[in-house]
This record gives sequence, C-alpha cells and structure tokens, in this order.
Amino acid sequence: MTEDIRNADLVAQGLNKSFGGLQAATDLSVSARRGEIHAVIGPNGAGKTTFVHMLSGFLRPDSGKIKFQGHDITDLSPAARVGRGLARSFQITSVFREFTVLENVVLPVQSRQGHSFRFWRPALNDPTLLEPARALLEEVGLGDRAETVAGHLAHGEQRQLELAIALATRPSFLLLDEPMAGMGPDENRALIDFLGELKTEHGMLLVEHDLDAVFALADRITVLVYGRAVASGSPDEIRKDAQVRNAYLGETQI
Amino acid sequence: MTHWWTPARAVTALVLVLCAAVPYLAPALDEPFYVIVFARIMIWAIAAVSLNLIMGYGGMISFGHAAYLGIGGYAVAILGFHDITSAWVQLPVAIGLSAVVALVFGVICLRTRGIYFIMITLALAQMVYFLSVSAERYGSDDGLNILWRSDFGTRFFDLEDSVVMYYTIFAVLLGCLLVKWRIVMSRFGMVLRASSSNDTRVQAVGVPTFRYRLVAFVIAGVMCGLAGFLQANLERFVSPDMMNWHRSGELILMTVLGGTSTLFGPVVGAVVFLMLSEILSTITIHWHLVFGPFLVLVVLFARGGVMGLLGSRARHD
Repeated sequence: MTEDIRNADLVAQGLNKSFGGLQAATDLSVSARRGEIHAVIGPNGAGKTTFVHMLSGFLRPDSGKIKFQGHDITDLSPAARVGRGLARSFQITSVFREFTVLENVVLPVQSRQGHSFRFWRPALNDPTLLEPARALLEEVGLGDRAETVAGHLAHGEQRQLELAIALATRPSFLLLDEPMAGMGPDENRALIDFLGELKTEHGMLLVEHDLDAVFALADRITVLVYGRAVASGSPDEIRKDAQVRNAYLGETQI
Repeated sequence: MTHWWTPARAVTALVLVLCAAVPYLAPALDEPFYVIVFARIMIWAIAAVSLNLIMGYGGMISFGHAAYLGIGGYAVAILGFHDITSAWVQLPVAIGLSAVVALVFGVICLRTRGIYFIMITLALAQMVYFLSVSAERYGSDDGLNILWRSDFGTRFFDLEDSVVMYYTIFAVLLGCLLVKWRIVMSRFGMVLRASSSNDTRVQAVGVPTFRYRLVAFVIAGVMCGLAGFLQANLERFVSPDMMNWHRSGELILMTVLGGTSTLFGPVVGAVVFLMLSEILSTITIHWHLVFGPFLVLVVLFARGGVMGLLGSRARHD
C-alpha cells in the first residue's frame, strides 16, 4: 500500500466531509496513478461529486489530506490546483454559454500562459492564444464549430466542449465528473476511444454512471456507498466482490 | 462583420458628432443653455460608462456607484476650500481617493453575489453619503461652493474658459470609451466577461477571479471619480446630493436604457434619460408619470436597451 501511494500522482487520505447530519465522505482514501484511469462508481448520493469537489478544491474536507505529485494541496484554491496540472470537468455542463466555442477554449489557454493582467491588446487577435485553441478544437472534433455560440451547441457537443476546456489547461491529471452524462450511444463510444487515447499522457479519475464505459476504460475501480469506499481494486476484482454486488451491482445486473 | 455601417454605429457617430458640435450649434440656434446641458450629459455618460464596465461586462450590479462621483467632487471642493486649487494636487487626490475607496469597498462586497452585492454596495455608498452630510465644516447638507476651477497652471489650458471645460469633458468621455473598449477585448476583459458568465468555471481553468474582479471594480471607481472631478468643476459646487442613492439608481437606469453589454449604450442611455427628463419636465410637472412607464417598457420589451433595438451585437459597438 505504501508503495502504491509513493508512485501515485493523486492521493486522498482519510477524507471526511459532512453537510449538517449528512455524512458525504467517511475516511475516504484513494490513490490514482499517472497513465491509468481510476474510476469511482457508486449509486446516486454516494458522494462521488462531493469527492471531485474536494479533490479540485471547491469544497474543503472537514479532515484528511490531499496530495498531488508529492505535495500537500489540501489548502490550495481551485485555481492554484489547475496551475499545478490538476484540472476537472463538470457533471452539469459548465461552459461559457454566451461565448463562442473558440473563446471557451481561448480562456483556459490564456490561463495556462500566466496571469491575465493584460489590458490593451485584443485577446482574439493573438495567435499565441488562437493557434493552440484551434488545434485543441480539431483534436476533440469541434474544429468546424469554432465560431458557434456555445449555448447553441447540441448537448453532445457541449459535453465535448466541456472536456476541451479542461484539456486546454494542459493538465497532467484530469478529474472527470460523469463525462458521458446524457450522451447517445455513438457519442459514447467515440468518447470512450478518446479517453483511452488520453490515458497515455494523463492520469485520470473518472466518476461515471455508465458501467460499460467504466469496465471498458478503468485500470482500477473504487466503489463508493454513502461516502464510504466499500471496495477498491482491478475491474475483475470488483466484478467478483460480493459486497459490491450486494451494495450496488446487483441492482443493475452486470 | 460584413456590414460595418450598422444603425447602432450610425447612432454612435451621430451622438459623438452632436456632442462635439454643441458649443457651436447651441448659440447658432439661440439656445446657449444646451451647452451646459450637454456638458452635464457627458459627465453622466462617463459615470455610466464606468458603471457599465463592471455591471455589463463583469456582472457586478453596483448600487453605490455615485459615491465615486461624490469622492471625486469633494476632493476638488475641500482642497479648494483650503486654497489648494492646483489641478496637479486635486486630480491625483481625486483619482487616488477613488481608487483606495473602491479597493476597500471591493474587498468587502466582492465576497458576495446577486442581491447581497447590490445591498452591500448601497450600504457602503450610504456611509460616504452620510459622512458628507455630517461634515459641517464643509457645508453638510447645503454643500460647498467652489470659487476657482482646478488650475492646471497654464493659460493654454484653463478650465475657467467654458469652451475648454466643455471639450475637456468631451475628451475624457472619448478616453474612457477607448479604455473600456480595449479592456473589454483584452485578456483581462476575457476573464472579466467569463467570470460574469460562469465564475466557478473560470476558477476551474486556473484563474483566481477575485483579484480580476477587484481590479475592474477599482478601474470603474477611478473612472467615476474622474466624472466627479469634472462635475465639481463644471457646476462649481458639490453637495451630498450628488452621491445620493437616487443617483446610483439613475446610473443603473441609464446603462440599462442604453444597452448593458454594449460599449456605447451607456452614453446613449445618458443622452436619452437626461434629454427626456429635461423635455418632459418642461411639458408637465407630472412628468414622472410618463417617464416611469417608459423606462419599464424599455426594460421589459427592449432587453438590449436602445442599442439592442438598433441591432447592436454585444461588445462590438
């Protein structure tokens, strides 16, 4: 286990979080490695999104530690975590609806180039912003939609953009909160392929409801139930785990 | 961008040409009074332009923006009261004080959102208002006369000359429009607009938005303080009334009337708002009965304000 943690990129140790009487995380520990996809699954209300919020800095755990690449990041702001290469996507599509698709991606590119206290030169005439932004849009398959206003995109395209925004910060580790939510089967398959490609360069923590996708992609799986990790292991181990079957998989018949 | 000559731009050009021509046009039409009317309108326009930077592009609806008018104005009046009439002292004090106050107010109110933000900006501005009311030495409610306009120490640029005064205001208005336009299109403007659209997401791509919003808040405060500096000089008088919360409300109305997310909307809003109240009030003493419903109709049916009706796309005009 200690060896595991030493090689891990992102480590959560003993996280606790409660909202009033509701215990959303209880002694939650997970370690995820670079070049792997670590999936977190669990029924609704298991605390998956709370977990992502804590890892990305939008919620402070009541106790416990979060380490990224060996550094304690528990007290860092969300923005500072992104600066270290830990980016996230959102379960509920969170794009800049009034912006064009291109502008949506220009902002994170701009963010990774340093501070934005530049008041005079127009951002959208700047090739150092536009070129990487356009290249990324090509990569995720939104190249021909660059000038479309994001709010006018179809749902599936908005999900692609959601991912593109996170990728545009050039993260080394991605926290993906249900990237497949609301996608059709074809889009789903394309996204599974795409995430599989990303795996070679990024560590990933994937929260996902779609169990086909999880078992197709994940190297390790942690099962959350009521804020507690009831099981953690390889996809095969999780399939066989009796506790998991009772708590979760039994309901959905895998 | 195929048609560069849009109705919104035509109106922009018309208003600017009109402002530039008034000192010659008004006497020719035997209505010299309109020179001061337009000088006042342009000062309000500067204040509305500054409010629009944070309100239209940053989503920060400040209900206390008139406080900076008062701060800029009282800097001139109080220094003048103590026989310090040099513009080289008055102007930096007006700008510096506006910046410091905006910084402190910003740190306090930018921690809140929505209705709380509106209420806190109102409360902070009322503090400044009551400070001026309680300053008996400086006239409290009665205000303070200004004997000499700010002195730039050269006869080539003398604000006592009403033409120089007028075109100084015009030049400051143009300067503020230019600065706002550049800021909105810049990287800083990207962050500001994005944080108004979805602040959480901006943080999630690595930008600590608070400090950007704070700097925008300070820039807007300084711009409005400059309007106060000009207003005090033009009227040769300051009083607590110039930072009454009614004034802050009127600034919001002008901005909404002209078009919130447009560069030039606040100027058009100031012109329409002040000209209409000027004209209506000469027709009937019950002019508010006409003016009020008019504003409600504009807000309800012309969501982009006058500039929106003219087909202006956000931020390009």
